Amino acid sequence: MTNSNPYSPHTDADRAAMLKRVGIKSVDELLTAIPKDALRPKLGLPAGMSEIEVQTHLEALAARNRPAGAGPFFIGGPVQRRYIPAAVPVLALRGEFLTAYTPYQPEVSQGTLQAVFEYQSLLSELLAMDVVNSSMYDGSTAVAEAAFMAVRTTGRKKVVVAREVFYQFRDTLRTYAQGPGLEVREVPTRDLVANAEGAACLIVQHPDSFGALVDVRPIAEAAHAAGGLCVQVTEPHASALLEPPGGLGADIAVGEGQPLGIPMSLGGPHLGIFAAREALVRQMPGRIVGETKDARGTRGFVNTLQTREQHIRREKATSNICTNEALAAITAAAYLALMGPTGLRAAARTGVAKAHALAARLSSVPGCAVALDGPFFDRFQLRTPVPGRDLKHALAKENVLVDDGLHHEERDGIVIQCTEMTSDSDADALVSAVERITAGTRETVAAR
Amino acid sequence: MTAIRTQVVPDSGVKTAAPALEPLLSEIHEAGRAGRHVRGSEDADALIPNEFRRRASLDLPEITEPQVVRHFTHLAQLNYAVDTGMYPLGSCTMKYNPKVNDRIAALAGFAEIHPRQDDDTIQGALRLMFELQELLAKLTGMDAATLQPAAGAHAEFTALLVFKAYHSKRGDAARRRRVIVPDTAHGTNPASAAMCGYTVTTVKSDSRGNIDLASLKAALGDDVVGLMLTNPNTLGLFEERLREVCDAVHNAGGLVYGDGANMNALLGVARPGDLGFDCIHINVHKTFSTPHGAGGPGAGPLCVKAKLEPFLPHPRITRDTDGSYRRGPTPPDSIGRVRSFFGNFGVLVRAYTYMRTLGEEGLAEASNDAILAANYLLAQLRDSYDVAFDRPCMHEFVLSASRQRKQGASALDVAKALIDEGFHPPTVYFPLVVPEALMIEPTETEPRETLDAFAAAMVRVAERAKTDPASVKAAPLHAPLARLDEVSAARYPRLRWQRPT
Repeated sequence: MTNSNPYSPHTDADRAAMLKRVGIKSVDELLTAIPKDALRPKLGLPAGMSEIEVQTHLEALAARNRPAGAGPFFIGGPVQRRYIPAAVPVLALRGEFLTAYTPYQPEVSQGTLQAVFEYQSLLSELLAMDVVNSSMYDGSTAVAEAAFMAVRTTGRKKVVVAREVFYQFRDTLRTYAQGPGLEVREVPTRDLVANAEGAACLIVQHPDSFGALVDVRPIAEAAHAAGGLCVQVTEPHASALLEPPGGLGADIAVGEGQPLGIPMSLGGPHLGIFAAREALVRQMPGRIVGETKDARGTRGFVNTLQTREQHIRREKATSNICTNEALAAITAAAYLALMGPTGLRAAARTGVAKAHALAARLSSVPGCAVALDGPFFDRFQLRTPVPGRDLKHALAKENVLVDDGLHHEERDGIVIQCTEMTSDSDADALVSAVERITAGTRETVAAR
Repeated sequence: MTAIRTQVVPDSGVKTAAPALEPLLSEIHEAGRAGRHVRGSEDADALIPNEFRRRASLDLPEITEPQVVRHFTHLAQLNYAVDTGMYPLGSCTMKYNPKVNDRIAALAGFAEIHPRQDDDTIQGALRLMFELQELLAKLTGMDAATLQPAAGAHAEFTALLVFKAYHSKRGDAARRRRVIVPDTAHGTNPASAAMCGYTVTTVKSDSRGNIDLASLKAALGDDVVGLMLTNPNTLGLFEERLREVCDAVHNAGGLVYGDGANMNALLGVARPGDLGFDCIHINVHKTFSTPHGAGGPGAGPLCVKAKLEPFLPHPRITRDTDGSYRRGPTPPDSIGRVRSFFGNFGVLVRAYTYMRTLGEEGLAEASNDAILAANYLLAQLRDSYDVAFDRPCMHEFVLSASRQRKQGASALDVAKALIDEGFHPPTVYFPLVVPEALMIEPTETEPRETLDAFAAAMVRVAERAKTDPASVKAAPLHAPLARLDEVSAARYPRLRWQRPT
């Protein structure tokens, strides 16, 4: 009989020998605890496929998606189209990393443990924060876990979050808050300071979801003066050029780490960055790798401070997280090692330069203006003469992809994200398409 | 002269020189060697107002690509992995991770799409997710599925929020504040309950390794949110009075959560939806062969009965009458968003590929072989170790090293001695109800000769525990490192590289 499972190593002779050793004729003899009427149901799943068939089927599905490289692309936010050096996936997807489990046996897991320790060290330097954990699921759950940590630390149940934090992060925070019943108050960034009283934390994003630079220092000072914490949502590339969270007074720094060499993959798997000041380390969620020595006195690495974690503390743990995004952390370490400080700054600078050049050009299109009062980083919101959503759809028809994704009722428009992947011809295509579409709309409006 | 450090080639018993340890990146650093993958002009700095510019130093290491490649390659060689040898970790289902899955997930049409793209531009991805939801619902006997949770624990938290919303809709949420878990439960179960603001009641196991029905009934009341139950449980045993257990919870107005960590025993064998569960999560990184990635990413889709569907997180993937796929509108009773986007899509692509490759017969065969392999190993080991609950197991089983402990070698020592035999150790000290627990899950993808070699290694270690326990306590002698000092790591935390002073 041929196996239906192509990955099975068992021949019928193997199975017969195994049954004999167990002392049974059929596996069903082992299943007597299962109610008869529920045993071996017909599932109605499709039949199996050969590898070539499944490859063909999946390639056909993939071909029905429009990848970022197939035309001008300006969608960004927490997930960004960044250049990934060729060596990054080659290293991170090596079978010894990819197919290992959580390093519970450190003697045979030093590759994972040291690579994650490298990640913690690199991010700690980049963010100027004392301690970085080995990852959360993504930026949004990192924000929610930061709020929970602030609540644990302060004993308060109110969390104040700026409305200019990515809407996906705010949504997730609100969902998580239903668990312990926290009060989540959303206010404009400029009103954070006035809402510090009684708050476990103030959550600010810099650069914010529209790209604006935010003065975090007075917000951190207000939080501290009121006995709360300051949580800063940040972006890894921005930290290469902007004063990092540790220099601005943030107690906890969180963010989406996908831009550090991780594919966009429709939103996951990604990397939740989570960093904190040393004094807060025992309140942190998630795994942390620490340096130690082995019995022969040789340096080595282990999961440490595990009494914070669910497998030891159960309901008293700082979080329920178990499986995390360790491979994404290893990927980020390989990315940062390859890029170095020069490469990281170069990528960040390119996004900034392209965004500012594009903002100037688009502002000269009649009816369009950058919808930010102050300085911005590598993305900006553009106020447009037609509703953002309509313009986005019209641009998509011309194969130019932009985002209207603000979910911020007071601020309509489109958001343009630039990175080192934004080419000059992409920028030309965007400008001319916006000119054409908005001109056409004005004519249509005039004709009415 | 320093002795040559050795390690054992997985699965063969052959000793070779252990790979050299690696310095840290910062110890390889040499100024001026930075990567040149991207160029950028410093002119851009003028676009950033002075008061916002980075003043802190940025002392990231500068290393050339060839050095980085060797560094991470050498690190990788210090790891044990499914690709290098048998990984009998109970509760983790370390089966073979097919390579075609990885290649498909890396296709530009899957890897290079952004979650904020319009539905029209990601029809293939939406169809894949819609079909995966249906496959999982059919497989578990549930009515609907959400693919959003990133891991099992994330699914637990999501489900408890769904339970809260369900009870709330019935006007019953205020008094229902207590979650019941058996004493064999994973640590994530009580931790998830605590994140929902619930208290936890632990119910003991009976003499046959089932949740104790009388104790459960005594613990139930109108303040109970529900029961979180793993089946087969973490002893590798199928709950013998499962329907009575579920009925008791339902009669008290509670819901039954299925922790699907052990779903690899049930593919085509039984559907949780037919047995009384109201929902169950799937660890696709266990059951559906997606790689564990050194601790993650995984994915934890949550499958539910129809009564819980209105509360699932949004966005939901739906199919229109014209055959196109959409991210549907937010249902009014949805708990909201539990993460930024739709799930760990790159992991879900691998799981879908695996399910389509095996099909219904292949999946059923996988569980059958997994159960057979576990019982085959148990048969070979029951004389050398104590068996926690001696009845047929499902896809995994739990031994106790109590006998060895008395002889002078604990479960941890046995685990470390297995490293010297060329095998990754089993899960130890879990579940908590078994003293000196060794939890073994061989999976369906280990050849019989490997199972035999592992059993022989376990028997040899048991022999050594009897005759020379000191040698077991000294293990591992043949690994990249000897035992590590975890106590001082926690007492004096060094959590990042620091410049030598």
